Order: sequence, then structure tokens, then C-alpha cells
Amino acid sequence: MDLKEFIPQKLREKIPDILFKENVYRDELTITFDKQNIQPVCKFLKEDPELEFLLCEDITAVDWAKRTNRFTVVYHIFSLKLKTRLCLKCDVDESDCKIDTVTSVWRTANWHEREVFDMYGIRFNNHPDLRRIYMPEYFEYHPLRKDFPLMGIPGSLSLPKK
Amino acid sequence: MGLEAKLTQDGFITTTVDALAGWARKNSVWPMPMGISCCAIEMMAVGDPKYDIARFGSEVMRFTPRQCDLMIVAGTVTYKMSHVVRKIYDQMPDPKFVIAMGACTSSGGMYRSYSVVQGIDQFLPVDIYLAGCPPRPDNLLNALIQIQEKIGRSRVKDFPDKKLPELTVLQSN
Repeated sequence: MDLKEFIPQKLREKIPDILFKENVYRDELTITFDKQNIQPVCKFLKEDPELEFLLCEDITAVDWAKRTNRFTVVYHIFSLKLKTRLCLKCDVDESDCKIDTVTSVWRTANWHEREVFDMYGIRFNNHPDLRRIYMPEYFEYHPLRKDFPLMGIPGSLSLPKK
Repeated sequence: MGLEAKLTQDGFITTTVDALAGWARKNSVWPMPMGISCCAIEMMAVGDPKYDIARFGSEVMRFTPRQCDLMIVAGTVTYKMSHVVRKIYDQMPDPKFVIAMGACTSSGGMYRSYSVVQGIDQFLPVDIYLAGCPPRPDNLLNALIQIQEKIGRSRVKDFPDKKLPELTVLQSN
């Protein structure tokens, strides 16, 4: 069976109470679901012996600016067993700008989630060390948000005295 | 130069302290290789036998600022890095000189962005701006020669003893 059908079918069988949408674009499977299910889905995908998505390649986000659910958090994971990539997406609204951490599933998610927090200001519940990773700690903004000006906000980053 | 002939003939030469000090200084400029990104690769090429910075007496790349006269800032300086660059510059003994190597260092270059300092002259006194992305090694040698000319023109009284600026410890948080 084709993996693009096998993975969604497997999810439907094993965790039937979690609803999701699947989408295949350019030979890559994307699964979209509600953000409260992120931990159980990730845990299942990693621990199921037929899937074994052991590698969390990247976590990032998209800012849609004016959409109702302003942000989408995107997870790129890879299965060494099936030799296939999978993309997970969860919408996060600005009014409740939080999502559960997946650090307990993949430890490498720690720094990826810190980057998303730094750049988009999305908070990760129960993250062990949610600090900024690129920008200085005193910085007040989130640079990859669409309303952040390209050249930054004057005076927001300090320079040494001449 | 005929120095040998002069010394064997008379046993002494007459010159000024300025000329002697300038001559000694300009032929032993010790660079501080502040290699931050890709310009540093071209800076390394300057040390190899093809371009050979040793011809100009500057082969002694010191990795401690306390032994250097010339800081070659080679690469993109971000706001976060700017404090480190300044801290290293402050540790160099006077007289000291700065080459802003490449487009990023001189003006921010192609990184027209919130995180990159748009020219290190915002926090450092720059002597030479070097064009190029990255500049060719010959170009860096040209900058060094111009620094040497500048040092050769300088007088001893141009560099009076100065109180060192107090170093501020960066909040590491």
C-alpha cells in the first residue's frame, strides 16, 4: 500500500477520536489537526512500531497576518524505517497563542520550539527552558511576525558606546 | 637603501624619533583577525604563500587582542555580536587601527535587516573601508599598505598616553 494512504489509515484506526485532514501536495503528505492533540499524535507517530517517526527535522511557523487563526505551527518529521517525510500542521490563534510542547517526544524539539517562540511569540506549554534563542533576552518583539518592520524598531537593540 | 654602506662608513645615522618609530611601527603591524563570516576565508588566503602577507611584515596574526595593532573586521556584524567586537577592540593597546573588510562590515551589505548593524562605524572608528563581497586578497593587501602609509605619516605625539576606557561587563542574563 502506498504510504500516503497507509499513514492516515493507520492514524484513523489507532487514534479514532482525533480528527484530522490529510493533503498530498508534490508527493508529500501533510496532516492538519487541532492543537490540543499535538502531543498524543506525535507520541503515536514516534512510538508505533510500523511508523517510527524518530527524527524531528524542524519545527517552524507561518504567520498569516489577517487570518482568524493567525499562526500555523508546522512540524517536519522523518521516519528512518519508512524513509518518508511527514508534515504536521496545527493552527494557533493570536488570542490563545499557546501550544503544547513536544519536547517530551523528541528532545531536539527543545531548540526548535525556542526558535519559534523567539521569532513568532508562540508559547509552548510545559517547555523545560522557553527562552529566546537568537535575539537578546531583553528584546521585546518577535521579528518574523508580519507586522514587524524589516529594518526593526529603532532603539530596540543596543549598540556599544562609540 | 644603502643603510649597510652608511653604517660601515660612518657608524651612525641621523633621523627623527618620529621617522624611526613610524618606520618600525608600519613594518610590523600585527593584525587581530576578527573573522566573523565569509570574508574571513579571503583573509586566510592573504596569509598563504600565493598572496603572503608576510611580505609586509604582518604575518603575525594574534588571537589575543592585547598583542595587536590592527583589527580586521571580516564579516557580518550583528547587533548581538557588536558588543563582542567592541569589547575586543577596547582590549587592544594604542595606537590601533581598524579595517572594515567587505560590504557587510562597511554598510550592512546585502543584509538590510533588523539584526545586522548597518556599518560598523556606528560603534568603531574605522580607518579603511574595503569594497567587495568578499574583497579579493589583493584588495586586503592594498588596505594594509594604506594603513602602513597612514602609520608612516603619524607622529609620536599623535598617540599620547590615554586612560583606557572602562570595560563594561555585558549582561549575560
